Amino acid sequence: MKKTVSRRNLLKGGLAGTAAIAVMKNNETQAAQTFEGYPEGMGVLVDLTRCVGCRSCEAACNKEQGLPEPAKPFDDYSVFDEIKHGQKRRTDETAYTIVNKYDIPELDHPLFRKVQCNHCQEPACLTSCFVNAYTKTPEGAVIYNSKVCVGCRTCMIACPFYIPTFKYSSAFNPRIMKCIFCYDTRLKDGKPPACVEACPQEALTFGRRNDLINMGRQRIRETPGKYVEHIYGETEVGGTAWMYLSSVSFDKVGFDTHVPKEPILNSVKEFLAIVPMVLTIWPGLFAGFHLLATRKEKIKEQEEKEEQV
Amino acid sequence: MRTRKRIIQTAFALAFGGILIIPTHGWSMDAEDAPESVTIDSLANLYTGVEFNHAMHVEYASCQECHHHTTGGAVVNPNCARCHRNSGEADEVTCTGCHATNRFSETYIRALEAPELYHIDKPGLKGAYHLNCVSCHETTSGPTGCLDCHTMTESGEKMFNTGSHSPAKGQQSGH
Repeated sequence: MKKTVSRRNLLKGGLAGTAAIAVMKNNETQAAQTFEGYPEGMGVLVDLTRCVGCRSCEAACNKEQGLPEPAKPFDDYSVFDEIKHGQKRRTDETAYTIVNKYDIPELDHPLFRKVQCNHCQEPACLTSCFVNAYTKTPEGAVIYNSKVCVGCRTCMIACPFYIPTFKYSSAFNPRIMKCIFCYDTRLKDGKPPACVEACPQEALTFGRRNDLINMGRQRIRETPGKYVEHIYGETEVGGTAWMYLSSVSFDKVGFDTHVPKEPILNSVKEFLAIVPMVLTIWPGLFAGFHLLATRKEKIKEQEEKEEQV
Repeated sequence: MRTRKRIIQTAFALAFGGILIIPTHGWSMDAEDAPESVTIDSLANLYTGVEFNHAMHVEYASCQECHHHTTGGAVVNPNCARCHRNSGEADEVTCTGCHATNRFSETYIRALEAPELYHIDKPGLKGAYHLNCVSCHETTSGPTGCLDCHTMTESGEKMFNTGSHSPAKGQQSGH
């Protein structure tokens, strides 16, 4: 007996095949999830208990990166009281790093927090960029290439720390402004970024990221009561190269403590993995279905034509 | 014969007596051994160096509060005491003897990988100075502002956009 493939079985087979590919794709994403950054990657440990708010890091960054002259001198501490749109100061196209002051009720002195790009292990800006303008270098920096940037500003929305800023003053020559870990001028030659070198209090400790985690843990362990038992950035958004130690809970010094533990990419990875599959397999598959479904009609038409002749 | 015996006895007494006088935890330095004043200017660039009045500070703090275990006094910090309770006076007591000026150089960071190293987090020279001075000055109402101890140099004014390098008045930063 001649075995014919029924329409139902064919559909079943097609779906099973699609599912199998989907599972394979998922396995690939599982493998990608285990990326934990480059083992030799560098980082900086910021110790809020040491920072005295001298703004030396801001001044050093401004000079190193050739940023515009500030509105106020870097030894003017009235900037700590500036509030814009109901918020404390944040990084913009003229400043890759800023220091903010926080008055803590239970402490007899304020705490200062330095803000800059945290150089994520798996950066959301990088994964969101469709022209690959961002690169995570083996040294740990997240750098940016203005030559390919089209100015879509998706990275600004993707960043969980609101770091990349747009140079609105040159909208036709799009350029994102953000800390690049002094990659071009220092990091690639094994030197610390300018801010670290300028810090008098060694509130910024430059080193291999793995070593910095050990240092942070040692400080927490050996000075009981001085720190909260957490290194911000060790696990946040899959880990960041810049990490923080604090004497009070991190939400009191302006940190977002609700960021996920996993890289931002993981929220969209599964969906994104299906996109190429849909684009490559579905057209062929459904074209095939169509042809099969209309085959009998075509044969009939042919036969009718032949009969007429 | 008798005199000879006495000589031997005296010699023994002197020898053992000498041992008994030696303190059990080694020699330790006194404040009188310290210099009157120390010029701290090895890193001076943006600011001028500081003339540190050592004799005056001896009245405020014990040796080990700044020199840790190196001067041979009783170690206060329990973390240090774990190894240095009886380590006595060190060959090197100056800040520069232990705290490196190249703290963040590639060679220094590589050296931190040595598995037997305990001091993985020793501040560099600049950090050591400021962490020691400023934290104590905060609790003893000593001077804490940058310019309370330092004078800013011309290159410092340039770096901080202040003094003769102040930004023009009325200028606002772009959005």
